[in-house]
Amino acid sequence: MKIALVEYGAGNLPSVERALSHLGVESRRASTPEALAGCDALILPGVGHFGALMRSLGERSLVAPLREAVSRGTPLLGICLGLQAMFATSDEAPGDTGLSLFPQKVSALPQTDRLPHMGWNQLRRARPSKLLEGVPQDAYFYFAHSYAALDAGEAGVAFCDHCAPFVAVLEQGNTFATQFHPEKSGPVGAQILSNFVRQAGGKA
Amino acid sequence: MSLAHRIIPCLDTDGERVVKGVNFVNLRDAGDPAALAARYNIEGADELVVLDIAASRDHRPTFLETIRRVAAELAIPLTAGGGVANVDEGRAILRAGADKLTVNTAAIRNPRLLTALAAEFGSQAVVLAIDAKRVGDRWEAFVRGGSVPTGIDAVAWARQGVDCGAGEILITSMDKDGTRSGFDCPLTAEISRAVSVPVIASGGADTPETFLEVFREGRADAALAASIFHDSIQGLGALKRFLGEQGVSVRQTG
Repeated sequence: MKIALVEYGAGNLPSVERALSHLGVESRRASTPEALAGCDALILPGVGHFGALMRSLGERSLVAPLREAVSRGTPLLGICLGLQAMFATSDEAPGDTGLSLFPQKVSALPQTDRLPHMGWNQLRRARPSKLLEGVPQDAYFYFAHSYAALDAGEAGVAFCDHCAPFVAVLEQGNTFATQFHPEKSGPVGAQILSNFVRQAGGKA
Repeated sequence: MSLAHRIIPCLDTDGERVVKGVNFVNLRDAGDPAALAARYNIEGADELVVLDIAASRDHRPTFLETIRRVAAELAIPLTAGGGVANVDEGRAILRAGADKLTVNTAAIRNPRLLTALAAEFGSQAVVLAIDAKRVGDRWEAFVRGGSVPTGIDAVAWARQGVDCGAGEILITSMDKDGTRSGFDCPLTAEISRAVSVPVIASGGADTPETFLEVFREGRADAALAASIFHDSIQGLGALKRFLGEQGVSVRQTG
């Protein structure tokens, strides 16, 4: 199968590539609409700023192709800022529009505890999750962010609590995302990536 | 459910090899960074820091290669730094595979560097490293690997650094560094009270009790140590089991 990491000039592609390669999964990078079109599954990694990410996707004419790929049924995994990009808007960049796969918005976490939310935290599961299959209930995942989606309707399948409850795992049809970094979350993170690859019809 | 306190092994390098010394002097070779990284990744480190303490311009390509070699061994976050003086150097370190970068001397000279780095990479990727030494009734920030006093109050500098864009503070007690006499809890607690971002305590690590102290009394979010891990004086698994038994939230790793 062809798994592509969406390359837009930022994000931490090598670490995701390495994590996939440890699972025996080959990936390629896709930075053009044509490259996206021929893929069986897509991963949108993300580090940085919501506005910068959306502008980079826009400059590469990748916004519409990404939305079209999702509507065709291509499995998509968003990571960290890649999760946030799936929403309509973000407090981080009030003027910019996201991929709008979900109508809700990304909020600045209220400063009731230390921010950025940096380090390893556990999840609270709300609904059955394909990404979390085989993952122990008390597993820790690595987070590094100050913004988060507080609500994603039925798509919010697991939450984390830091400053406020927020969506940690998002699943709806062929769309998947994690606010944490599976590629930085040790063996349980590898399990999440493996689950995504299997959902996408591959072997891992 | 709560955020785990992090245990962070630190690899001080000359760009290429891990070195160690007491109070920033008398450096000696302590091994291959990639080999140590592989070991800590398996043993349950929550993050790894790799620093180029020589930080000479000529040596930078070697250090970037070291970052690449270390990152290749890790399924945990990597922080790297040493001599970062501008956005391009920061980008090179992140491109080599680090998730976060530390800045120290250049940020004191020009605090706007923190703002520029945060704007480019996000605050979560910008760690302000401060080397502090007790001077009278306060702590003073030192630069250039702890060799040059600045006259600047370390606690005030931490606060200003966060205002400028730093997303985390790595506070090293020069009085404690290399002494294995426990972390500087009063210093760490002062910094921790002064800022809203996570604080990593460094310098003085010894027994599991010293980690417990810095998490409780020092209010640290993370604790960093080098030689006690490199020399296998303290195992990561045993340390985390001890902390867990004492009621400290830590990520247990089998």
